[in-house]
Amino acid sequence: MHEMSLMENVRQIIEDAAAEQQFSRVKTIWLELGELSCAEPEAMRFCFDVVMQHSIAQQARLEIVRTPGSGWCANCSRTVTISALYEPCPACGNHAINITGGDAMRVRELEVE
Amino acid sequence: MCTTCGCANSQLLINGRKPRASASSMPLHFRPPVSNQNIIKLNQIDKNVLPPPSLPARRLRLEHDLLAKNDQLAAANRQQYAAQHITALNLVSSPGSGKTTLLVKTIESLRNEMPIVVIEGDQQTELDAKRIRAAGAPAVQINTGKGCHLDAAMVAQAMQQLQLQTHSLLLIENVGNLVCPAAFDLGEAYKVVILSVTEGEDKPLKYPDMFRAADVMLLNKCDLLPYIEFDAELAIRYALQINPALKVFSISATRGNGMPDWLDWLRSLCAQTVAS
Repeated sequence: MHEMSLMENVRQIIEDAAAEQQFSRVKTIWLELGELSCAEPEAMRFCFDVVMQHSIAQQARLEIVRTPGSGWCANCSRTVTISALYEPCPACGNHAINITGGDAMRVRELEVE
Repeated sequence: MCTTCGCANSQLLINGRKPRASASSMPLHFRPPVSNQNIIKLNQIDKNVLPPPSLPARRLRLEHDLLAKNDQLAAANRQQYAAQHITALNLVSSPGSGKTTLLVKTIESLRNEMPIVVIEGDQQTELDAKRIRAAGAPAVQINTGKGCHLDAAMVAQAMQQLQLQTHSLLLIENVGNLVCPAAFDLGEAYKVVILSVTEGEDKPLKYPDMFRAADVMLLNKCDLLPYIEFDAELAIRYALQINPALKVFSISATRGNGMPDWLDWLRSLCAQTVAS
């Protein structure tokens, strides 16, 4: 389950930020997971509790922010919204959609003290 | 994941040994020191120094990509390959698609034309590395323990054990898994996904992340097509639906069908790398 590795990266990002920015407790984590990203929100939540044990984010609340998938349809010459990688263009049915958004996975923001 | 601190690497073995911590990888059990500014030992109190006031809660904007660290290490691997004109491929698939057989046949065909080295990724055992060595190529086995994919740090550690010659072809066989390895760049020139005809033609739709991440698809075990219900054209159409830029070869590594095209593609890729 690669979500475990991804959540360990979240912990590392938080601990690096704590060393740089002098905080000792994380209250909230806003984690962006695009709808087209390769991580499942539920699996990330499951890993969160395990990975954050004994860390400064042990008591933190995890807020997952979903961003919609979008892509460029060369056939329609416009940006369209899609919710899965295999979805065709909703306007013309073309499958050759170039993904332009909604595939990010990042720690957006922390509430710390 | 280890139970000491939660790090993923506790069971990582390279050629059966625990890797040395290196600058390019995260040390095991690494945790940065917790700030001790609020910890005052009673016998060390200086009456002139007051403890710092506790800071109020505040919000920090980070926008930090989860894969940034891996991507940095992959870029370092890529630089090393470029400096030595090495062609690196990352081979990914489900377990049992025929990756190791494909590597053995590829090595047997090309070993007199170019130096070939292999990094093998599996959760357990050295069986694959032994097959590769028997075929005539040096191989390093990474055992990921419970890990489900290779990452750029593991490959960097494995490379330290391989005497990589200039102009080599480096074949990295990832852990058999059609999901997790999709997200982790190893520094390769191309990601090659192997789909075998015994798996079902709808795999590209079921595991789109991998087929989107790949540059090349090898449809393997095509010699079995007369005996099974598998629509090869449909499988390829599904794969191209996910990734229109995918380059597709239909092969049988065991019987040799389609292998000349794959080998010619490898030769021309290596020639381009050598000339670059």
